[in-house]
Amino acid sequence: MNRALYVRRRLVNRMFLALSIAAAGVGMVALGLILGALIVNGVQGLSPDLFTMNTPAPGSRGGLANAIVGSLELNGIAVLIGTPIGILGGTYLAEYGRHTWIAFFVRFANDILLSAPSILIGLFIYELVVAQDVIEELHGFSAIAGAMALAVIVIPVVVRTTENMLLLVPNTLREAAASIGAPRAISIRAVTWRAARAGIVTGVLLALARISGETAPLMFTAFGNPNMSTNLFQPISALPKVIYDFFNSALDDWHRIAWAGALIITATVLTLSVFARLLEGRRS
Amino acid sequence: MADIAVTENIAVTSRARALKRFQASDSIFRWLTGGASFLIMAIFLGILLTLIGGSWLALGKFGWQFLTNSSWNAVTENFGAFPAIYGTLVTSIIAMVLAVPIGIGIAIFLTEICPRSLKRPIGIAIELLAGIPSIIYGIWGLFVFAPYFQTHAQPWIIDLFGNVPIMKDLFAGPPYGFGMFTAGLILAIMVLPFIASVTRDVFETAPAMLKEAAYGTGCTTWEVMWRIVLPFTQAGVVGGCMLALGRALGETMAVTFVIGNSHRIDPSLFAPATTISATIANEFAEAPDDMYKSALIACGLVLMGLTFTVLAAAQLMLRGFERRAGGKA
Repeated sequence: MNRALYVRRRLVNRMFLALSIAAAGVGMVALGLILGALIVNGVQGLSPDLFTMNTPAPGSRGGLANAIVGSLELNGIAVLIGTPIGILGGTYLAEYGRHTWIAFFVRFANDILLSAPSILIGLFIYELVVAQDVIEELHGFSAIAGAMALAVIVIPVVVRTTENMLLLVPNTLREAAASIGAPRAISIRAVTWRAARAGIVTGVLLALARISGETAPLMFTAFGNPNMSTNLFQPISALPKVIYDFFNSALDDWHRIAWAGALIITATVLTLSVFARLLEGRRS
Repeated sequence: MADIAVTENIAVTSRARALKRFQASDSIFRWLTGGASFLIMAIFLGILLTLIGGSWLALGKFGWQFLTNSSWNAVTENFGAFPAIYGTLVTSIIAMVLAVPIGIGIAIFLTEICPRSLKRPIGIAIELLAGIPSIIYGIWGLFVFAPYFQTHAQPWIIDLFGNVPIMKDLFAGPPYGFGMFTAGLILAIMVLPFIASVTRDVFETAPAMLKEAAYGTGCTTWEVMWRIVLPFTQAGVVGGCMLALGRALGETMAVTFVIGNSHRIDPSLFAPATTISATIANEFAEAPDDMYKSALIACGLVLMGLTFTVLAAAQLMLRGFERRAGGKA
């Protein structure tokens, strides 16, 4: 037995193990510091005013009520638009397209959209909706433009999870449905969708979590609004956008409100992700 | 007898009707799903086309010079994307240099070292952290990290490399706290959970049989990782890191707060700079005229080209890997 070699191999191994434990430590500490700072600063800003008053003018008291309502409206519409399109698209890929070249390109486009820079999606909707002058009502910054930008982010997430979940459904179920004479469309809706339901809902929740924190696509679409508004054709306030604007100012009052807002969206996003995981866990 | 014939007749016609109805609803459903897929392609192509259309004005005026011109002057309307491209690439490279080794380290920790009882909680924590909105990283960088870095670490680093050639240019300069290095570091923290969770998933596809065989011949953990798991999962790991690079290149909110927004190119990593996405985020809403807007959209087109190349390469590598590893990745 070569003793020197043995010692060296053990040493290399020890170093490697120490390094990867250190990496895990560094990563967890960095992420812990961020969450810690967020909680410490955010909790200081929490107050009932946040939920009852609109975003303030410089120097006056205020909250985030209009931004919270705006975010709920934008996210709600985006999910309403994005979910059916996403589920249908994912169904095509898993049930009809599978190995055709059309499905190959759709899958490719979808995967690119899934990680495309969200600010470019903002520019896309700006050019397509805000800056166009074909349909007069849609011209200019509006809630509907913001919701469309967010829907463009929802769609690829839902397509991806729907396709993955449908592919997990065993083929024997499809064959069983076909053998009792169920047409394809009915067997998909009544059998495969039902079998994959928890997974598809997970996808929608993950998409909702993702858009809840998106700022960049709203900058040139929903734009923001200091007043309470639910009008689809007017600019609308949104939490991430208000946080961005307030942190870009030098006002301490605004910073306090923005920290509280940041805590609210992070808590929302984490809660949605936990729910999604729980659903996913129950399935498997 | 006659009764039976009649009911049979009814059965046949109603059955024919039912079949027809099924056929119709079947093809409607098929067209709906096909239409949704078509819409996905249309959105993808639409993004490309609107970016090309929007940048027509600027690209017509500046041509290919737009990529290499380093002036960004709104008054003389002389726009070039070079400083923004430079800042985008440098911050992303810093992010990858920092995040890839640490992310892979975390993945190795999770698959090989971590006690079983901690595996799930840490794994879930990392996946949750991957979902934190990027604006949170940005404000942490601006209000917590940058002030601390400016007073405690930066002067020390500038002194340390003060006399080392090359390094003294890279780490020169008044300590602002923000700048390319800070932006790269914040990006690194942001993509870290992403890299860790993708590489962990990829590592878990390495066949247990191969690993056990290697351990059986007396290999150390390091040797199993380096000689067995990494070669087997190479394409997956590289693909996952490139996905992370694609995110880092296009990230807006984590960068905008800490980059410093300067269109000057400075060799020092501590100098303020700008990235494509930060430029668009800061200037687009206030851009007063068409040429300015068009130049910003042209910057967006460049960013689309960059991220498309990286993401497409990542997809191809991951696809190939998934096929080889038998679907699970």
